[in-house]
Amino acid sequence: MSRIRKAFENKKAFIAFVTGGDPDIETTAELIPVMAEAGADLIEIGIPFSDPVAEGSVIRQASERALKNGCTVEKLFDMVSKVRRLTDVPLLFMTYLNPVYVYGKEKFLNHCRQCGIDGIIVPDMPFEEKDELSGLCEDNGIDLISMIAPTSDERIYRIAKEAKGFLYCVSSLGVTGIRSKITTDMGQMIRRVREVTDIPCAVGFGISTPEQAAGLAQISDGVIVGSAIVKLIGEHGRGCIAPVTGYIRRMAEAIKG
Amino acid sequence: MREGRFGEYGGQYMPETLMKAVHELSEAYERYRDDADFQKELDDLLNKYAGRPSLLYYAEKMTRDLGGARIYLKREDLNHTGSHKINNVLGQILLAKRMGKKRAIAETGAGQHGVATATVAALMGMECKIFMGQEDMERQALNVFRMELLGATVQPVTSGTRTLKDAVNEALREWSERVEDTFYVLGSVMGPHPYPTMVRDFQKIIGKEIKEQLMRAEGKLPDAVIACVGGGSNAIGAFYEFIEDRSVRLIGCEAAGLGIDTPKNAATITNGTVGIFHGMKSYFCQDQYGQIAPVYSISAGLDYPGIGPEHAYLNDTGRAEYVAITDDEAVNAFEYLSRTEGIIPAIESAHAVAYAMKLAPAMEKDQVIVINLSGRGDKDVAAIARYKGVVIHEQDTKSI
Repeated sequence: MSRIRKAFENKKAFIAFVTGGDPDIETTAELIPVMAEAGADLIEIGIPFSDPVAEGSVIRQASERALKNGCTVEKLFDMVSKVRRLTDVPLLFMTYLNPVYVYGKEKFLNHCRQCGIDGIIVPDMPFEEKDELSGLCEDNGIDLISMIAPTSDERIYRIAKEAKGFLYCVSSLGVTGIRSKITTDMGQMIRRVREVTDIPCAVGFGISTPEQAAGLAQISDGVIVGSAIVKLIGEHGRGCIAPVTGYIRRMAEAIKG
Repeated sequence: MREGRFGEYGGQYMPETLMKAVHELSEAYERYRDDADFQKELDDLLNKYAGRPSLLYYAEKMTRDLGGARIYLKREDLNHTGSHKINNVLGQILLAKRMGKKRAIAETGAGQHGVATATVAALMGMECKIFMGQEDMERQALNVFRMELLGATVQPVTSGTRTLKDAVNEALREWSERVEDTFYVLGSVMGPHPYPTMVRDFQKIIGKEIKEQLMRAEGKLPDAVIACVGGGSNAIGAFYEFIEDRSVRLIGCEAAGLGIDTPKNAATITNGTVGIFHGMKSYFCQDQYGQIAPVYSISAGLDYPGIGPEHAYLNDTGRAEYVAITDDEAVNAFEYLSRTEGIIPAIESAHAVAYAMKLAPAMEKDQVIVINLSGRGDKDVAAIARYKGVVIHEQDTKSI
């Protein structure tokens, strides 16, 4: 069983996101093992991109900080190799397609495998275009994570049938960012997935409070939190370790009950 | 060739949230592109509202002065709202109405597409919001006020480089938030399928008219068609009719800004590499890590780091040529056309004029060049004055 699938075994999974290299690469390297220890079951590392069209302002600003401080794909690979020796937590890259394409798709996925990345999420590569990477992901044993959104409707069946690792269920229209209320009927979305597959379903976009997380964990297999963590990193800079681990602990507790 | 692909270029690289909308648009376009009622309504608007067909004007003084090929100007600048952008906007807004959308959003660089969208939204009674980079709002303050006069909201974009690319990012973000009731009127032959094909189809009337008009005037095909290229909608509109006519040189003029050897340019084909961004695979100005580069041109309309996928394909197959024109050359052409023919071109279109000024003297006197004069230059007068260090003040007199 893959590390990703194991993270969902007999429990609700808490998936935590950080932007790689924000505020610097050393802080990200320090954060990942302690986040795992504090209760993050999977960790998504965002590869900073100049024009992240699916992100709200919090993650956008984190991307800008990371790029300004010299973060590159190569430095992230190095960092992940080192972190991999310290923790077994499943690691995913969240990246826009262009940095992968320009780096060289084959080389990118090769390096992912070598440094111990378990999966990748590519928000601007929909089902129709996934051939860009799906074969290479398979060759390298990397799960290409698919997304479904409130607008997916009938598309859910096609996407879910071919999904790998877990299914990323987008809770809200628009971009990433903290929302006071999730209005999409996530129960219904996940029931539709269940008609065709038993792949774990994790809900993301807009979740920040333990109450929201606990509620969504009841109807899904896992909860993804990004902007709320990145916001803490933005506020505390290099001093973010303690506030982030504290927050992870509270959220993990809420999700796992 | 796969649907929505031009060779390897094009595609539909969009977040999942927008894929349903992209498919709905594709289906609606397929349904209406050959629909007689739709076409009639569009033709009526093009003729009776936008003022088509636009003139094909023989630039006699310019021809004589340059001493080579005969030069014609396709006067898209005479269209209602002052540029070719209205052709596409009328098509898309008619489609939006048929799809039951109540609200139109658009990005704009120079403001020409924003003005065209605000205009047609006013005519059709649709709510309208235009995204414009803050830097462009300063460069094109007149167009901002025009859009507001037309009832549109102009949303300043303060992220990234605060220009056209960032306006597209923000429009895409807004679209994904309001996808149910909002139609995204994309202004160029870029973005995910069906936009590059649909926008080209709405613009190809330019080349069709050129062919008919020149046949009447000269009894032959042009030897070269020249147009400026940002995303590339006026260029593809002018080129498309001639793609099969191999004797016709098709020349796109990119913005070289301060020079293609400096970091201050927007010459995508000249300096760019293949990438995937804004929904399409095409050429982009970017660094070795695939970060999109900040680009620059005096012309806000050409200040974009990508190019439409069909142009990328026409470049690779050698069917079209792409050259780079500097700010200085464009400003020189801007002044030249103003003084020689009494026509003030948009600074974007001046890039095409500049290349014609180089090419014409090297051609035979019985050869013909058509320049697509994609827009008028009123909007640029203040910026050109600034460029030349001239200070213009309109006196604020309270008593009349």
